[in-house]
Amino acid sequence: MTTQTVLAAAGQVSGGEEVTFWILAPLALIGAIGMVWARNAVHSALWLVLTMLCLGVFYVLQAGPFIGMVQIIVYTGAIMMLFLFVLMLVGRDASDSLIETLRGQRVAAVVLGLGFAGLIGSGLYRALEGVQAVGLDRPNAEGNVQGIARLLFTKYVFAFELTSALLITAAVGAMVLAHVERRKEDRMDQVATMKARFRPGNYPGPKPGPGVFATSSSVATPARLPDGRLTDRSIPEILPVRELTAEENTLKGTEK
Amino acid sequence: MNTVILAAQDPTLADFGKDPWWLVLGKIVFAFAFGLLATLLGVWFERRVVGRMAVRPGPNQVGPFGLLQTLADGLKMAFKEDILPRAADKVVFFFAPTISVISAVTALSVVPFGPKVSIFGHWTPLQVTDVSVAVLVILACSSMGIYGIVLGGWASGSTYPLLGGLRSSAQMISYEVAMGLSIVAVFMTAGTMSTSGIVAAQGDATQLTIAGQQIPAPGWYAILLLPSFVIFFIAMVGETNRAPFDLPEAESELVAGFMTEYSSLKFALFMLSEYVSMVTMSAVTTTLFLGGWRAPWPITLWSGANSGWWPMLWFFGKVIVLVFVFVWLRGTLPRLRYDQFMRFGWKVLLPINLVWILVLSGLRSIEDWQTRDRLLATGIGAGVLLLATLFWPSRKKAPKPPLQEQVNSRPHGSFPLPPMDLQVPPSPRTKRVVAEREPANVVAGSDSREV
Repeated sequence: MTTQTVLAAAGQVSGGEEVTFWILAPLALIGAIGMVWARNAVHSALWLVLTMLCLGVFYVLQAGPFIGMVQIIVYTGAIMMLFLFVLMLVGRDASDSLIETLRGQRVAAVVLGLGFAGLIGSGLYRALEGVQAVGLDRPNAEGNVQGIARLLFTKYVFAFELTSALLITAAVGAMVLAHVERRKEDRMDQVATMKARFRPGNYPGPKPGPGVFATSSSVATPARLPDGRLTDRSIPEILPVRELTAEENTLKGTEK
Repeated sequence: MNTVILAAQDPTLADFGKDPWWLVLGKIVFAFAFGLLATLLGVWFERRVVGRMAVRPGPNQVGPFGLLQTLADGLKMAFKEDILPRAADKVVFFFAPTISVISAVTALSVVPFGPKVSIFGHWTPLQVTDVSVAVLVILACSSMGIYGIVLGGWASGSTYPLLGGLRSSAQMISYEVAMGLSIVAVFMTAGTMSTSGIVAAQGDATQLTIAGQQIPAPGWYAILLLPSFVIFFIAMVGETNRAPFDLPEAESELVAGFMTEYSSLKFALFMLSEYVSMVTMSAVTTTLFLGGWRAPWPITLWSGANSGWWPMLWFFGKVIVLVFVFVWLRGTLPRLRYDQFMRFGWKVLLPINLVWILVLSGLRSIEDWQTRDRLLATGIGAGVLLLATLFWPSRKKAPKPPLQEQVNSRPHGSFPLPPMDLQVPPSPRTKRVVAEREPANVVAGSDSREV
């Protein structure tokens, strides 16, 4: 790997690098196409993982071992893993449906995608025309990691800190939005629940079922206590307490 | 002459990538075989040690000392019926254990087994390869290993495996953060990310000047960076899913979690990956914190301790000691509850790690100050820390009032309680039964005495 790193200089491509490229480039493309084509969301994510791994190896080949490894650890290992996590929580049968909700959107998407790719490609081609590749020998002179660290903590330290502030804000914001605040005092442990249950005024036994000793089997009919009184506790709070009248209570259509 | 050879023993990054193809192949095969053999012996070792801790013999029938027990178990497992659940995702179900094994074994490729030795006339380091970011390669491998478990859980198409997979992905990602942060201290001290460089950095014994005398201080990062070492070890146990952190597997709650639907060879592959990663992580800990292949102190008195093939022996010795600690933990500690485990990772390990890195970078930035200023700076820091711990509000709760007072202070109309000094008279019927029972007919034989 070190020899390849050294040889990734201007204008020359070593045999090993070329072989690796021609093996991995088709794989990366297959991964990208598979990601779009796969019906199953998890399969789609796995194809993307393949592409990302290939990209990581490309970075290593291009004399950037640090960014290559970070690509694998952060993108493949952490971010795609979180994607998978969410996909699995959604459910394993979350496949794409084949019904077009907007008429002709697939064709439009293909055309727009091709146009965008052409735009990017031609833009890159125009921008890089006549640019001499100088390689990474000079930035990597004192080591790839050290070179990145020097740039990151001197020239780009402000941008770096701003980005991290943005990310932290996003993470904290997501937590604030999703987190339900419960104070420590409000949390009931077993002892507190038991005490509340045996508090005066609270009946600790199970509630009587609706309709027990009642005149009707309706849920809206309160149960009768052994002393004959009606108990409100036996019916849901949203239902008005009432007892059926004798007229309602008689079997319908039988008396004449 | 001797010093020249000793200096040439330490491989540097420039020494790699010059081997002929057969030597590279030989090294790869060696690392692979090491992983597999370590699994075969590791399972036996674990069962024997746990058996001894539980005061029972452990496997002792197959082969001498039961050494071939794992081989027999492995063969039996391979010939079992391979069951593919109907709801399983066939391709992913097949690939998941493979991913686990591959990523566990690959991490061994950057572990230095020894210094430079001569193999058939080639002067080469005992390490498959080394790159300038070798430790990141290890981290990348362990983060890819999570895929095996998560996908295995998902592809089984069943609830328990899915729960196990989800639990494990959350667990391993959180503990990987703690692990990565504890390696930062090693990077800062060694100034390199290559494994051979870190081993070399631990070999240069730092010289302490106390009262005008040069005293060689220990160079192992386990001693210099003790907090990092402790956190790394804990995180490593969490990362390899070993007890007490074996929540993804949790055979008593999740019926083996992500492995529930696996059988035969695929199950064997998962077991293999667990043991290989245990050995790999022990080897990585040895490399990062325990001086790698360098001999520990009493052996270093012998001048040839760190040259030739001897260092491999020291390396294996350290790895075996670490594997023993793994087994010891398993035999001693009960499994943690999931919320305790996550709280421990995020609220204890991570903050301690961050504070420690801050302290370490502070210490390193004042390294080239004058002695008086340096002492002053560290003294102020230590004083502030001491004051903070002194005046930290106590979390101890106020003592509860006695029971009788609590009962008396209950509001009027509370649930009736019997008096605290209630004496229940024994039932007369009970008394009669006791009196009428005949004495048990116990034969005082020689057998009953042992109980």
